[in-house]
Amino acid sequence: MKKYILKRLFMMVPMLFGISVIMFVIMHLAPGDPAGIRYGLNPEVSDTAREEFRSMYGLDKPVMVQYFMWLKRFVSLDFGRSLVDDRPVIEKVLAHLPATLLLQASSVLLIFFLAVPIGIISAVKKNSFFDRASTIFVFIGYAMPTFWLAILLVFVFSFKLGWLPVSGMRPWYVQYLGAWAQLKDLLAHLALPLAATAFGGLAALSRYSRSSMVEVMKENFIVTARAKGISEKRVILVHALGNALLPIVTILGLTLPVLISGSFIFETIFAWPGMGRLGYEAIMHYDYPVVMGVGVMATFLTLLGIFLSDMAYVLIDPRIRLEGRK
Amino acid sequence: MMLFRAGKTHPYPKNRIKLKKRVADGKVLKFVVKTVSFRGSSFVLKTVVLFFLVTCFPFTVNGENSGTKTHDAYVSSGLGDGRVLIPFLADDVTSSSICGLVYNGLTKVDKDLNVTGDLAERWEVSDDAREIIFYLKKDIRWHDGKPFTAKDVKFTYQAILDPSTACPYVSGYSDIIDVEEINENTVKFVYKEPYAPALLKLGMGIVPEHLFSREKDLRRSQYARKPIGTGPYRFVEWKSGEYMILEANEDHFVHPPYIRRYVYRIIPDQSVQFLELVSGGIDSMELNPYQFLYRSKTGEFNDRIEKYRYLSRSYTFVGYNLKDPILRDKRVRQALSYAINEEEIIDSVLLGQGETTTGPFMKDSPYYDHSARSYGYDAVKAAMLLREAGWSDMDGTGILSKDGVELRIVITTNQGSQVREDTATVIQGQWARLGIKTEIQVAAWSAFLNQFIDKRNFQAVILGWTVPPDPDIFAVWHSRSAGKGGLNFVSFSNESVDELIEKGRREFSGEVRTKIYREAHRLIAEEAPYTFLFTPYALPAVNRRIKGIDPAPAGIGYNFIDWHVNEQDVKYRF
Repeated sequence: MKKYILKRLFMMVPMLFGISVIMFVIMHLAPGDPAGIRYGLNPEVSDTAREEFRSMYGLDKPVMVQYFMWLKRFVSLDFGRSLVDDRPVIEKVLAHLPATLLLQASSVLLIFFLAVPIGIISAVKKNSFFDRASTIFVFIGYAMPTFWLAILLVFVFSFKLGWLPVSGMRPWYVQYLGAWAQLKDLLAHLALPLAATAFGGLAALSRYSRSSMVEVMKENFIVTARAKGISEKRVILVHALGNALLPIVTILGLTLPVLISGSFIFETIFAWPGMGRLGYEAIMHYDYPVVMGVGVMATFLTLLGIFLSDMAYVLIDPRIRLEGRK
Repeated sequence: MMLFRAGKTHPYPKNRIKLKKRVADGKVLKFVVKTVSFRGSSFVLKTVVLFFLVTCFPFTVNGENSGTKTHDAYVSSGLGDGRVLIPFLADDVTSSSICGLVYNGLTKVDKDLNVTGDLAERWEVSDDAREIIFYLKKDIRWHDGKPFTAKDVKFTYQAILDPSTACPYVSGYSDIIDVEEINENTVKFVYKEPYAPALLKLGMGIVPEHLFSREKDLRRSQYARKPIGTGPYRFVEWKSGEYMILEANEDHFVHPPYIRRYVYRIIPDQSVQFLELVSGGIDSMELNPYQFLYRSKTGEFNDRIEKYRYLSRSYTFVGYNLKDPILRDKRVRQALSYAINEEEIIDSVLLGQGETTTGPFMKDSPYYDHSARSYGYDAVKAAMLLREAGWSDMDGTGILSKDGVELRIVITTNQGSQVREDTATVIQGQWARLGIKTEIQVAAWSAFLNQFIDKRNFQAVILGWTVPPDPDIFAVWHSRSAGKGGLNFVSFSNESVDELIEKGRREFSGEVRTKIYREAHRLIAEEAPYTFLFTPYALPAVNRRIKGIDPAPAGIGYNFIDWHVNEQDVKYRF
């Protein structure tokens, strides 16, 4: 077992490396460069100034040379500095990460605690009114354009009703608020982005829980349990649910990269200072160090998430064996 | 939305927030937010009181503060975050405008866009126009209390000219041979050749020598995010991606500003900005024409918010590649210009919020020649010119052709500007009426620059230029700027215009310059290398409690330190 874990972790290194090469090359394939984005068509910036800018950041070197320069710094955990404002990439990421973590973690939790019960109840009461109504509800959330939903929520709850703030994560006068007021204010600012994010994500997990539960309910051991005289409530909540949750828990491992990715659309509408905007703006400005930094982080978390999912499956489900051991 | 009664919005937070908080060093932070609701007698009372104040105390209306109290906060908003708050390194709008409040330059621009003194009291241009001596104002202090002297000026320009600083704007200063400190309050600039735009360029923010000289790399120093200047506002806080806060500098050499805090909130979506404006979360924003005309008609909006309108300092144009075989012919370009109905474009794309323009200068500047040829819509003239140039519809296809070649024009523009894309579509229709086949190509900005502009691989482009207050148009219109990397990407080359541009750069006399540039305007208009389409209006909206705003050619922000709020309207109490 330990050998397997070590082998998996070890395999992540070449994968990370390979993906970073692909990311770097693709970024550089896009026509143009940061100097063009920043200074193109600016009458006050001469062509020599633009060339200076390029050589200052090593942008005039061949792509593979630039890659190795990046890799050399990266292995010593130096993510480099942003081309846009010369701040260390780590600093920029850490400035934006908490906002995204907060929103995404709350969202994942909310989705989990809403979608799973919806799925379970839908499975138990298959084809009932609840089942059909909840199906329609989650699919509406899934199909609805997210930016439209976001603006609609802001318009109704902030603008017309005034219950919640319009945008942002905290007000500019936050330092004047006491600790309790700050918490309340943060929750108020979090409410709408959370609602918008969660609504769209309900569909997948609830349908998955439903089908998993339906499968389990068909198993023989459920019949046995009922035959043994166990109350229906126990049959569902202990015997069936436990088994139905297995695949779901493992799926959660795959949501690890989601925690840091953030949605550009939401963050733009809610003026939420998160990783989505950071990543998108970095891409649009050809800010290679930041794109690579965020990209590698996301890749690592994805690989880790897959690994944790696989491990969870093995640990939780005694039927699964590693590598077909007898 | 029919679900809710129109006109009933409650800004969050609902009522007064009154807070006291003791901070670490024993000081007590007090804060009150007052929001105004529009139902109930309190509003009527306020209006009545205000009415009496306005009629009985007219000087409040004139923009003079009835007292010298500094209070309240002004929350402005924008789409983008700042990057680096050092004036000669700031290359984006947000950073530049914050630098404008935190730093001062030797000169600045007044309401009518004339150069006037900022840190400099007066200046003398030598007879050969190669030397300028600035006499600095006395008793100016940096935000950390140290005195401002000529040493700071010398240091700033040395930093700008230092190649290792890699200042992007260095080309505007490359003619400076020497900067000499004559004494504590006098600086002399020596130029290689007379350079008239110098007076404007020397308005670049001055940085403190005693702090910045200790830094090896200014871009990476703490001052890139915590600026220290001489300006009316000092830096307080910058939360990346969220907001920036500045505080009034009580020792500012002109007078302390009347608004205590300046807050810049980053709100990347214009519709959300609008919602914030109406619900009171921000005090100002730039409206787009649709919001200006249709979304701001309600009583609720107009009770709280005032709209302003002035010509923006830019123009949008169609640029013709003068090396293209079809467009090489002046008659074709003139015909295309006559075929474009600029008024129609302004009405449909800008909803009427713009004005036509015929040349590369601002309409309200002395350099604009109103007698220059204007290519208003004239289909007859356009058809005639095309026929003269040899284009006719011989095979009855409805498309003009010459020697077997169709008159086909590809308009290229950049993605991300709905105005430009819509303009291209309108022009396509207008040219089609004349039998010209037009295709529209939209490319992402970077590809647009790289594949089309830099490689001169285009026929017609739709773009815009911002117009600086100084009329020097070398960068865009001189034949030397047509080479690689230059901004004269249409390859315009006219000896007379070249001569005028060179003369204009060396001439310090306002009168002479006016004549020079007016002639340049006429010549350029005649040659029609561009079809000058329009100048849009800038449409700022500001919360009514802010008084003292006076729209002028320079816009509305030029006198920000004179803006004030009357005592009873104060929203944020510290």
